[in-house]
Amino acid sequence: MLADIGFITILLALIAAVYAAVAASYGAHRGDQRWVTSARNATIAIFPLTVLACGLIIVLLLQNDFSVEYVWRVTSRETPIYLKISALWGGQAGSLLFWNMILAAFTAAAMLRKWDDQRDLMPYALIIASITQIFFLLLTVFVENPFARLDIIPPEGNGLNPLLRHPGMIIHPPMLYLGFTGFTIPYVFAMAALISGRLDDAWIRTTRRWTLAAWLFLSLGLILGGRWAYDVLGWGGYWAWDPVENASFLPWLAGTAFLHSVMIQEKRNMFKMWNMILIILTYLLVVWGTFIVRSGVISSVHSFAQSAIGPLFFGFLAIMLVFSIAWLLYRRDQLSSPNHLQSVFSREGAFLANNFVIMGILFATFLGTNYPILSELVTGEKITVGPPYYDRVNGPLFAVLLLLMGVAPLMMWYKTSLQRIGRAILWPAIAATLFVVLLFVLGIDSAGALLGVWIVTFSAILTLLEFWKGTRARMRGRGEMPWTAFGRLIGRNRRRYGGYWIHMGVLVMAFGVVGSTFFQQETQLRMETGDVVSLGDYTMTFEGVTRYPGPDDLIITEANVAVYDNGEYIRNLQPRTELYTRSGQPMTIPKARSTIAEDFYVLLVNWEETSESVATLRLYLNPLINWVWAGGVIFIIGTLIAAWPDPQDVRVSKAVRAQRHSNISPAGAVGD
Amino acid sequence: MRIPLKTTLLLATLLLLLLALPAGAQEPVSDDEVNEVAKELYCPVCENTPLDVCPTQACQDWRAVIRTQLAEGRSAAEIKDYFALQYGDRVLAEPPARGFNLLVWVLPVGAVIVGGFFFVTFMRRLQQRTQVTPEQIATAPATSPNGQTLTQDDYVSRVEQELRDQSKS
Repeated sequence: MLADIGFITILLALIAAVYAAVAASYGAHRGDQRWVTSARNATIAIFPLTVLACGLIIVLLLQNDFSVEYVWRVTSRETPIYLKISALWGGQAGSLLFWNMILAAFTAAAMLRKWDDQRDLMPYALIIASITQIFFLLLTVFVENPFARLDIIPPEGNGLNPLLRHPGMIIHPPMLYLGFTGFTIPYVFAMAALISGRLDDAWIRTTRRWTLAAWLFLSLGLILGGRWAYDVLGWGGYWAWDPVENASFLPWLAGTAFLHSVMIQEKRNMFKMWNMILIILTYLLVVWGTFIVRSGVISSVHSFAQSAIGPLFFGFLAIMLVFSIAWLLYRRDQLSSPNHLQSVFSREGAFLANNFVIMGILFATFLGTNYPILSELVTGEKITVGPPYYDRVNGPLFAVLLLLMGVAPLMMWYKTSLQRIGRAILWPAIAATLFVVLLFVLGIDSAGALLGVWIVTFSAILTLLEFWKGTRARMRGRGEMPWTAFGRLIGRNRRRYGGYWIHMGVLVMAFGVVGSTFFQQETQLRMETGDVVSLGDYTMTFEGVTRYPGPDDLIITEANVAVYDNGEYIRNLQPRTELYTRSGQPMTIPKARSTIAEDFYVLLVNWEETSESVATLRLYLNPLINWVWAGGVIFIIGTLIAAWPDPQDVRVSKAVRAQRHSNISPAGAVGD
Repeated sequence: MRIPLKTTLLLATLLLLLLALPAGAQEPVSDDEVNEVAKELYCPVCENTPLDVCPTQACQDWRAVIRTQLAEGRSAAEIKDYFALQYGDRVLAEPPARGFNLLVWVLPVGAVIVGGFFFVTFMRRLQQRTQVTPEQIATAPATSPNGQTLTQDDYVSRVEQELRDQSKS
């Protein structure tokens, strides 16, 4: 019964989306505002409909209604309540429905908020937004219906995939979805600008904060994903250049390039074409990312054809690609700019160089991710493109990017003299060199690591100097106290100093990445109770294994080890293996002793069924790994600073609206 | 100086014994040595899982194979070749740079070079355009940092539009 209502709900949502597309097209064609308003209302109606559908799925999940295939697939009677709720995005069909809801939320919010400001763009924005919604709703209604029934009602469900039972995994997918769907808003307005021919930067201003918000969620998703991998996957690392990781990293890269290059258009009215290309690329990569994750094309080209979802995604991707490029070419003359570049050594030059490097990383990563598919198609043999490839190809590009991060803020718009830059970078360069020499004297002799540390230190000093110079100027000019000056400096120039703050976050992360990549140590051995092993400054004593049943169908095997740092007892750790007997899937949960300098990370690899005094343990020493997480927190704070609404903007738009209501509305009323 | 035949023979025998030694009496292979090789191989069954961390039974067996081969004195390269021959190139962490797979290595480098060339010519062309005049800079839109002027322009143009519409009707 509930399932039927659910299906009707998503069917209605689909009908509303189709109606919105048709009404908006007709309204745009006839220039009739009433049809456009009606289309908007239909678009907004999709949101409550998808919320209702998601709510119904949750109710079905909580009721253990195994007559619904999706419920049977992702839960069992013993699944805890919070996991039953999060099981909404624990499987294919539910994820897509959830995706639809978030897309509808973003679209409805954008249409409501921008309705008054962007009347010219609205009809076209509605058309493009509706097309995206139609596609994803079509998938939900006809291909991956979460309300589909089973003929025979099974007595018990499958249970949620063990990998998805970690708290990190509960919030990681929604963050990614928010990021992914968020990027459709700037795309929708960019296309509206192309189609309507209103090619000033109204679409950029309209969507700036939406882009930042989408970028924020995508960044959060990526960081949480890394943390989840480190805590649950048990291989001592946080990023493996896995296709699924790349699928969310690529839109992030394109979005990052876009966030930088729009500033050139805003300041100099240049590179309109390029910004269009970037936002189109971001959108297409979002669709491609969902396609890669959802179609199963990664495991094999053959599984691609087994479900209808793959070919449908592929078709949609192709249509949107051709459609976007066609409009881009049609408007290309209007997108060219009369302004020219005065000097390569300018802020705009630096932004372009940043874009160039990011595009390089994007290309190599895209190629590496798709290459196994390509290879299977061409040669019939699957290959693996693993981390060594990405480290080798992307490593140098990332180094250049980090260097630019430090130097670019020194560049002025239009033109900067080389002497000025030379003077500004002299002392930071010397300081970074001294630091690296010190490290070398202390015994660090890896050239790659030293170069990495040099770049990070150099750029970090330059970034901190930007904050210092700004604060000092305020203190001198306005006689403010240091903290007041610092706070106001950021508060009054959120975008700029939020940006530098983000750069600091990236540099702190990069420091952690250099440390944990170049200096990771590991050892693995079979231990008997009382055995001692040492790694770095740490020693560890093995104290035995215990085995006990956990909640649901879980069997936990837990090792007990005592950890000593420089001979001093720290504490005991209990790394364990969880076996989900129903699915037979094992999980290795590591335990770590964390300090700002390093993580001592222990895994239980193997044990003997008959003995409680023997186990194989694997130990990792991950230097500076907590800098990665700390950098992530700094990064997110910076993004929040940059994305926070400016009090000034709010005042302006309120004033405009007030004016409009006092002036236009009566005039309009007379006109009616 | 002449070396007596006896000494030569003795030395030769010793040398042969030394060469034969590693195969005969050897330390048991440690897990670390196995992982060193397994790290650079991928599980032929699971998706994108390096062999050294894969928890499945199949992978445990494969690690045992590595151990045996190491004990037999094979080098890491030989073992990797063996696995590639048995299970295909997909067990290698990165595609071998030959045949079709050469492309995955050549393309990024090529793209950076070709892209760099276009990038430089593009920058040149942008610089060679007519010199920008101060008025152009002054009138360049969107120079207002807070977007206020533009919002106002928007508003003004809309008022004008509505006035026109009114006069038409």
